[in-house]
Amino acid sequence: MKIRRPLIIIAIALFVLLVALPVMAQQGEPCTTCPVSFDTPSVLDPASDYAAESAKLFWFVFWIATGVFVLVETLLIVAVFRFRNRPASEAVQIHGNTKLEILWTSIPALILVVLLGFTLRSMAVIRAPVKGEPLKVVAVGHQWWWEFQYPDLGVITANQMIVPVGQPIEMELRSVDVQHGFWAPQLFGKMDAVPGRTNRMSFTVTEAGEYGAQCTQMCGEQHAQMRFQIIATPAGEFQTWAAGQQQVPPPPEGEAAVRGQEIFLLRCSACHTVGGTVAAGRVGPNLTHVSGRDFIAGGIMPRTDDNLRQWVQNAPSFKPGTLMPDFSIILSPQDMTDIVAYLSTLK
Amino acid sequence: MATASHTLPGAGAPTGLLSWLTTVDHKKIGILYLYTTFFFFIIGGLEALTVRTQLAWSNLKFISADLYNQVFTMHGTTMIFLVVVPILAGFGNYFVPLLIGARDMAFPKLNMLSYWLLLAGGIVLNASFLLGGAPNAGWTSYAPLSTAVYSQGTSIDFWIIGLLLGGTSSTLGAINFLVTTITMRCPGMKMTELPMFAWSMVVTSVMVLFSTPMITVALLLLFLDRNFGTVYFSVPGGGDPLIWQNLFWFYSHPAVYIMVLPAMGIISEVLPVFSRKPLFGYQFIAWSSVFIMILGFSVWAHHMFQVGSPLQVDTFFATASMIIAVPTGIKIFNWIGTMWGGALKLTTAMLFAIGFIAMFVIGGITGVSLAIVPINWQVHDTYYVVGHLHYVLFGGSMFGIFSGLYYWGPKITGRKLNETLGKWHFWLHTLGFNLTFFGMHILGLLGMPRRIYTYASGQGWDVLNLISTIGAFTIAFSVLLFIVNWFVSLRSGEVAGDDPWGGATLEWATSSPPPVHNFDKVPTVKGLNPLWADAHPGEQSHY
Ligand code: HEM
Ligand SMILES: [Cu+2]
Repeated sequence: MKIRRPLIIIAIALFVLLVALPVMAQQGEPCTTCPVSFDTPSVLDPASDYAAESAKLFWFVFWIATGVFVLVETLLIVAVFRFRNRPASEAVQIHGNTKLEILWTSIPALILVVLLGFTLRSMAVIRAPVKGEPLKVVAVGHQWWWEFQYPDLGVITANQMIVPVGQPIEMELRSVDVQHGFWAPQLFGKMDAVPGRTNRMSFTVTEAGEYGAQCTQMCGEQHAQMRFQIIATPAGEFQTWAAGQQQVPPPPEGEAAVRGQEIFLLRCSACHTVGGTVAAGRVGPNLTHVSGRDFIAGGIMPRTDDNLRQWVQNAPSFKPGTLMPDFSIILSPQDMTDIVAYLSTLK
Repeated sequence: MATASHTLPGAGAPTGLLSWLTTVDHKKIGILYLYTTFFFFIIGGLEALTVRTQLAWSNLKFISADLYNQVFTMHGTTMIFLVVVPILAGFGNYFVPLLIGARDMAFPKLNMLSYWLLLAGGIVLNASFLLGGAPNAGWTSYAPLSTAVYSQGTSIDFWIIGLLLGGTSSTLGAINFLVTTITMRCPGMKMTELPMFAWSMVVTSVMVLFSTPMITVALLLLFLDRNFGTVYFSVPGGGDPLIWQNLFWFYSHPAVYIMVLPAMGIISEVLPVFSRKPLFGYQFIAWSSVFIMILGFSVWAHHMFQVGSPLQVDTFFATASMIIAVPTGIKIFNWIGTMWGGALKLTTAMLFAIGFIAMFVIGGITGVSLAIVPINWQVHDTYYVVGHLHYVLFGGSMFGIFSGLYYWGPKITGRKLNETLGKWHFWLHTLGFNLTFFGMHILGLLGMPRRIYTYASGQGWDVLNLISTIGAFTIAFSVLLFIVNWFVSLRSGEVAGDDPWGGATLEWATSSPPPVHNFDKVPTVKGLNPLWADAHPGEQSHY
């Protein structure tokens, strides 16, 4: 059958088309409202005791797995090449071999016993009770952002979780709506925030840095945009940060910001909190220090004045399904400018 | 090529639309199953391509978030409940009676009902696209996301009803397979000497009977929660969402074996025939399936290592999940033992069977790594899992299914499939498959969660995703070749004759396609591989 040539042509055309597709999609202006990049959050690049333990176990298992893989695939390939196309009469008519059966039952079983031993040890290490003075952080999953409460410090923030390096962090995970998954690949494995329960987990960061993280449990339309970041700083910097968070921002100055606050208290306070004001809503993120954060809405865009303005104007156009309403009909462009002026003071 | 005008045996049977609508013949029902499920395979495949196009590069806007969620949910749901589970039941329908020398299934009308229930389930599920939106909470539809508070509209109700219909269909089928193999074997065929595919359908049917009630209950409770104000899964009402996960996985983990054991049965038929050797370690392969079936019921919570269970619970499920690798390994070594020392004929059917082993090994190994709890905590719910599950369900089950289509297709249609196209199909399929899914393991390790409709640039995920998308289109193209091959061969393929491959089992002792009553004279057999024994009288002592 002469089908080779058309087949090859179609195949090549397909490949070209597919490579062209995303390249074309990337053309044009750099995207200012695109999700913030968190670098590659690889589990094999650990920065905590927990992640180091699981990475170590991973590599151990990886080499054993590679050994098994190579052995079995080699046997298979050898079988194919050695025994292909021989005249039918040559096939040896054997039905089995009990010794071999015992061998290939017991050797894998032994390997698995070893793996199980290492697994149990590692589980015990990761779930061991915390030593020393832990810092307690409560992470609360909301459809599609994370709230972080520091009950001992009286601080509440969102989307960015700041922790000190070297001090054990004791997490409590809760959810106000559906199930969410809490995961920062370089720092700890998943623990779900299950409605009606409080799950616990702990880790100690060993290296200062910014670590990408993301919800891992399908939680609705914008599950993909439920991202967050963990920033680990030296203990001193952490103290400074916490002290700053405990301060209430000064009352706004300047006409625009003052007017902005008035509109804010009228339109936004049902859902958002700003310390020192009557705004005490708990539906959306606490905005007391919103302008001290690097991005908004779960990492879907950088916190620039322009992005803030676009978000407040019409949040659902960026994150369809979000509980934050479309304000573009209610608020005038002037209102919008003033609100942004006010939010910019909340450092 | 053979003459197109050749009249094939079995042509005296009634044809025409009405005969298909009213048939109770297991072969016709089997054909209906195969065509219907293959059609759903194409739909599920188009959904997969949509997913892959959206993810080809960071920040693409091919479809919206909401549509993406519908499409990936329908892809998973379709592939599992409308393709792999029922296509294997389709093979069972056509071949179990033939393999055991019976004239039909035990309950032909029940058989007919199973098929029509499946079709109804498929229609209900897919109709949701047109009637207010398809289900969008993943094929696992975890509560409370799937309850009325968080999933308004009717999409999840379509999902529930579709799955209830499909589940009923598969339960009725299981009863039928069990009764058929127990009561209708031809004289001389012992239950412990069943052809391996028939045996795997017996084991699978037992699993279906014990596990399906669980998902039925779960679905009914969810339906009540959604529509009649009960609060089984609602926290404010005093319910518990984890009940859903336990009930769901109590079915859906065994479902993995329901999807893979019959495919293993298929390749256990194919490998000996094309190695010109009996199956190595028949008893070990047969009893390892039973062992898998029993253990399969005690591993469900390995899908729940991150819900915060006590360590003892996690330990139990990790241990059970690791043990299950042993019987699986036994099978793989016995298959290689079957090939060892043989005279391999590398037909397309054989290539897909070998491909099954090669790919399934990878799925098995990553499966063990997922049972290692600290690794699971890291890679669960990421693309690592998506890679793993496709090596099992696609590299495993679907490869087995294609092997079966090339091997048994000639029995069903009377004509062989074209081998040149078949080999193109196999190689492109295997290439595309590995391009699509291998890199997903790495993506998972690099931190890419599953079920996300987009991702930021600069995370190091773009290139691997692009390769994966190219692979997906390669698979699609290879499947297209298969479809062309099937229809071309149907009209003008080489006439198969009764026994084109020198098979050892009873289906090859009758015409292709078989007459309505299957066998002119009910066969009497002795030992395994009855036909082979006839064809090789000098080797009688071996059987
Ligand atoms: C053309 C071939 C296929 C491609 C390219 C493909 C691709 C994908 C991708 C990319 C996902 C992840 C979607 C996401 O997490 O957002 C996925 C999920 C899934 N696929 Fe496939 N797939 C293919 C065939 C199959 C087959 C044959 C099965 C057989 C059972 C299957 C079963 C599943 C399941 C169960 C899920 C999970 C859905 C969920 O998370 O709810 N796929 N597939
Ligand atoms: Cu989430």
